[in-house]
Amino acid sequence: MSRASFTTNFTSSENSRQPDAEVDAEQTRRTVLLGALAVTACLGCSAHARAGEDPPGSDERPQKGDVLVYSQGDKEGKLITAADLNAGGPPVHAWPKDPNTSVVRSGSRLNEILIIRLDPAELDEKTRARAVEGIIAYSAICSHAGCPVTAWVKSDVGDKEVFKCMCHNSEFDPRAGAQVVFGPAPRRLAALPLALADGSLSIAGNFMGKVGGTQPG
Amino acid sequence: MTRKQWLLSGFVAFTCLASTAAVSGPIENYSPVTAQRLENPEPKNWMLYRRTYDGHGYSPLDQINTSNVKNLTPVWTFATGVVEGHQAPPIVNNGAMFVTTPMGQVIALNAKTGDEYWRYKRQLPDDLFQLHPTNRGVGLWEDKLYLATTDDHVVALDAKTGKVVWDTKVQDYRKGQYLTLMPLIVDGKVIVGGSGGEFGVRGYVVAYDAKDGKELWRTYTIPGEGEPGHDTWQGDDWKNGGGSAWMTGNYDKETKTIYWGVGNAAPWPGDSHPGDNLYTSSVLALDPDTGKIKAYHQYHQNDSWDWDEVEAPMLIDLQRNGRTIKSLVHPGRDAIFWVLERTPTKINYVAGWPFVHTDVWKGIDETGKPIVDPAHKPVMGKRVEFCPSLWGGKDWPSAAYSQRTGLVYVPANENFCGGFTGEKVPLKPGELWLGTKPEDIGLKTRPGADHFGELQAWDPATGKKVWQHNFPKSQLFGSVTATAGDLVFVGGTNDRNFRAFHAKTGELLWEQKTNSGIVGMPVSYEIDGTQYIAIQSGWGVDAQRIQDALVTNNIGIEANVPQGGVVWVFALKK
Repeated sequence: MSRASFTTNFTSSENSRQPDAEVDAEQTRRTVLLGALAVTACLGCSAHARAGEDPPGSDERPQKGDVLVYSQGDKEGKLITAADLNAGGPPVHAWPKDPNTSVVRSGSRLNEILIIRLDPAELDEKTRARAVEGIIAYSAICSHAGCPVTAWVKSDVGDKEVFKCMCHNSEFDPRAGAQVVFGPAPRRLAALPLALADGSLSIAGNFMGKVGGTQPG
Repeated sequence: MTRKQWLLSGFVAFTCLASTAAVSGPIENYSPVTAQRLENPEPKNWMLYRRTYDGHGYSPLDQINTSNVKNLTPVWTFATGVVEGHQAPPIVNNGAMFVTTPMGQVIALNAKTGDEYWRYKRQLPDDLFQLHPTNRGVGLWEDKLYLATTDDHVVALDAKTGKVVWDTKVQDYRKGQYLTLMPLIVDGKVIVGGSGGEFGVRGYVVAYDAKDGKELWRTYTIPGEGEPGHDTWQGDDWKNGGGSAWMTGNYDKETKTIYWGVGNAAPWPGDSHPGDNLYTSSVLALDPDTGKIKAYHQYHQNDSWDWDEVEAPMLIDLQRNGRTIKSLVHPGRDAIFWVLERTPTKINYVAGWPFVHTDVWKGIDETGKPIVDPAHKPVMGKRVEFCPSLWGGKDWPSAAYSQRTGLVYVPANENFCGGFTGEKVPLKPGELWLGTKPEDIGLKTRPGADHFGELQAWDPATGKKVWQHNFPKSQLFGSVTATAGDLVFVGGTNDRNFRAFHAKTGELLWEQKTNSGIVGMPVSYEIDGTQYIAIQSGWGVDAQRIQDALVTNNIGIEANVPQGGVVWVFALKK
């Protein structure tokens, strides 16, 4: 760019009047106090049900026997089968779904799952032992600051593709139990055991490891 | 009592003793903060974000000066025990220091000895999505402190004990609403602005009663139906138009006007939200009693580059063409050094010039509107490259102004470019909504670049650059502070150094390696006749992101900067 002239032109800006219609109704002291109490009561909750929005069970952690449905994209809500997973990735983003009540457990973002199929020969011993036909699942929530792990990209520090959280660049290797290979994340992603029967995927147990970010101190 | 019960009670007693031994609180003889003290702060204290309401980032203390700064040495340190970006200035009120950390902690320390009085730990929800896990400090009023949290609450603490006095929910963090700024306190009002533009929220500035947390007014930065400026948006774009206001405003005590910086439009590609998009990438002049918008200036229209302009402009009296201009000075993220004039009813454009390389602007018209080169304006469905990068010529870290030299000191980044492909992304509350895939965002260095970070010294009255210090192997991502000792202090580089420069010449006079990189703001204070310089060292957030991006550019840049926060306090060696 050529340097813009240093003008002395005093061009006025338009004035504005006060916005009004969109201003929230003033809170009373009572509602403030009640709100604070409600917040205090909820501190420590690991998942927050959105009252009036989500059906019972939607904020519960994945349960044994839950099936898996797409959490995003054109197939959102549809069942994920082993045949849907291409060897070598990319991962599929999923929610657990209670097969008895049909409730999708999307009431907590901590329930989002990454499912990927890899060559079993690439997996380390522990990961291979947990995989079913090379299919493995992990929490989609980064262990650093709780951002979602969204990317499947070539690592900044290696030649393999890895899970990556784009918020702060943490990278996880799904072949090695989602251990951290780059970035500030302090620990691996929680793993979720899967079962496979007649091509249908289901959840075989609880998350292994802590789900969500770290709160220090 | 059985032997087992006795042992257990003994253990409990021991742990309680150990716990109380770790802190010496409460604070005795705390000095209540008044409007008069904030409007005319004692030279020895640092009670506002930039010490004074005009946002200069200037200390009138001069015991430490250009001739003796070489003798500056650490006198105490304090490890916060927290990782990520420590961006808060240590706030000092008559010997009591308050620092905030990422994850919403507040630590009260003896500013002379480093002893801890008390600590407040916010219990953040497990499902919180912390895109910017940081905090920029506490505001002070009477005998309370005010903290804005990433789970979108404003909390009042008893300054002497750290106990919660009130806790007000601002909005719902699960919808991408969060707070990172230091509250601005004006005459008993706690004023904050919301973050979350990257989640497709509608920005706002809101004021609470310092006594009880009652909401007094809320002004949206995106005008709703029937409000002036609404016609700069099409359809329903305004409902999720961005305009975060996530940095502390400045205040003109003479006209009782606060000046607040407003962030970029959402999502990023401009053709996804046609129009000028008021009041994104603007400065708003607000009445602190009512929140009424008195005036505004939009730095650039229809933002498409993520160039929010959230740092509030500095209020400087400039001598120009034989008269005093009550100016607003803002080195912008859009790479333009802006000089505006504030009047009770208007903000006038005075001048603007690029302070780093940019290929986006062809010039500035006589009304102050930058003229865009469409080849470098991101749109949907196409990859567009532009300079500077989306972190801009200068991001949120604050510039400083020295009343002695008349110069503005700018933490700038040169030779960075960026780009992304605009892509339609469905809006889901609480999820990123950038208008591109996050993994598609690039940072490139210009071919042949021999440096990146620049500390620049500008005369805002003439537009003349007086000096510049280059950093060959690092970005410069840290706030600047000037002192009456003709010193300019800044961290911001990946070599973990904290530095002092000669304010008139730019000569590097002193540097000290610290535990981590410094993103936070230096402050200065005095106790018992000794001047201190204080800073938090703790690398993270955007400084770390730029670092990671630079590593992939193979330019031999330091790849690993250790994280972890430490408060460093310096004084002259005796």
